[in-house]
Amino acid sequence: MANTQYELNKGLAQMLKGGVIMDVTTPEQAKIAEKAGACAVMALERIPADIRAAGGVSRMSDPKMIKGIQEAVSIPVMAKCRIGHFAEAQILEAIEIDYIDESEVLSPADDVYHIDKRKFKVPFVCGARDLGEALRRINEGASMIRTKGEPGTGDIVQAVRHMRKMNEEIARITSLREDELYEAAKSLQVPYDLVLYVHENGKLPVVNFAAGGVATPADAALMMQLGAEGVFVGSGIFKSGDPAKRAAAIVKAVTNYTDAKLIAELSENLGEAMVGINEQEIKLIMEERGK
Amino acid sequence: MKIGILAVQGAFIEHQKMLEDLGAECVLLRKKSDITEDIDGLVLPGGESTVQGKLLRELDMYEVLKDKIENDLPVLATCAGLILLSEDLSNDPNIYFATLPVITKRNAYGRQLGSFKKIANLNEIGGFEMVFIRAPYIEAVKSTDVKVLATIDEYIVAVRYKNQLALTFHPELGEDNRVHRYFLDMVNNFQVRHRYI
Repeated sequence: MANTQYELNKGLAQMLKGGVIMDVTTPEQAKIAEKAGACAVMALERIPADIRAAGGVSRMSDPKMIKGIQEAVSIPVMAKCRIGHFAEAQILEAIEIDYIDESEVLSPADDVYHIDKRKFKVPFVCGARDLGEALRRINEGASMIRTKGEPGTGDIVQAVRHMRKMNEEIARITSLREDELYEAAKSLQVPYDLVLYVHENGKLPVVNFAAGGVATPADAALMMQLGAEGVFVGSGIFKSGDPAKRAAAIVKAVTNYTDAKLIAELSENLGEAMVGINEQEIKLIMEERGK
Repeated sequence: MKIGILAVQGAFIEHQKMLEDLGAECVLLRKKSDITEDIDGLVLPGGESTVQGKLLRELDMYEVLKDKIENDLPVLATCAGLILLSEDLSNDPNIYFATLPVITKRNAYGRQLGSFKKIANLNEIGGFEMVFIRAPYIEAVKSTDVKVLATIDEYIVAVRYKNQLALTFHPELGEDNRVHRYFLDMVNNFQVRHRYI
């Protein structure tokens, strides 16, 4: 992948900042999401909560279904491929998807290798639980990072844990002496250049969103205040009582994430939130997929 | 000098950094009460125009900003910002401020795989590396007062109309701050003119 393309791909993620990316399964849902103020949609056949309920192997969505969503909206359309499944990624690139999510929500296709994302022109977003994971994905060519959280649970605890861990490690790298960065690179299992970037800039070299378990405007505001640059909402919207209203409320909460009075108003009468599952109750831990 | 930057969604921090490096004071506009009387210039950043346009109205910022733009407050608009200013969109029924008499096509180069970077001449500034991300272009201008500043393959990518400087590309993403310097000059001139009226 040429350097220019990588810059353009990082740039698209910058344009998404301060926005909400919503999971949708049909063109109708995509239109609802766009109308509610989504800055992009993630096209997938089943939202994570349903993937969790259905069990079995979960794969890339039918390209026809993705194309239907591309036709329905003018905002960027993302889609997921399995971790390590570069052939699925090639297919998504062929249908001109705007962003590929190499995602732990689907069943991993490779338990050792992630996709060599530098081989692609199309941008990739990847999940990460800590700084080491984030920098390994960036080294492989990811131009955007998100927390993994625990998808499809409506439980924010894992996303919070991952964001705090990331912040803590970035702060630690920033505070190191320069001659200590080589050892830091070794222990994080990442290239020195990326550690140096974090040391000098106090942030990841790409945009970092929150994902996994966001269900309410307050959840979104929490993640933004913890340093997320935007939010993915998966099951939280279309598993709730009034998707359009909840989606619009989350969008506004992300813009004005410190305005508690406004978020209080936004949180009124949203109907039922998705039914959550606590981490102790789940059998399938998706965040463990891909390291 | 105080520049208000629309900060409802998109790449507003990049503009803020560039303008602050040039010595301007910046205020992020996220809701109506952020828009104070003492703003000397306005930046409409890149992002998603559908989201920004919707939030402008719902957060009650639309009228007051439109009024300021119509009263010649200097504006720098990039990408989605240009869409917000355009009087007409050829492939979208929505319009927003509609203060810039041009016809604009959204996502004119297609999806992300159509995004590109190109060095071209930008009138009054010179050769400039232009970054286009899912960019629009201007199909036609509707007034002879719209000054075309740059074109790429016969399509217009930068214009100035009165105090509105509008670009389909992203000068805030690189290191080159000449567009932002030009904008701050516009703001300065506007202030000087007003002091003597």
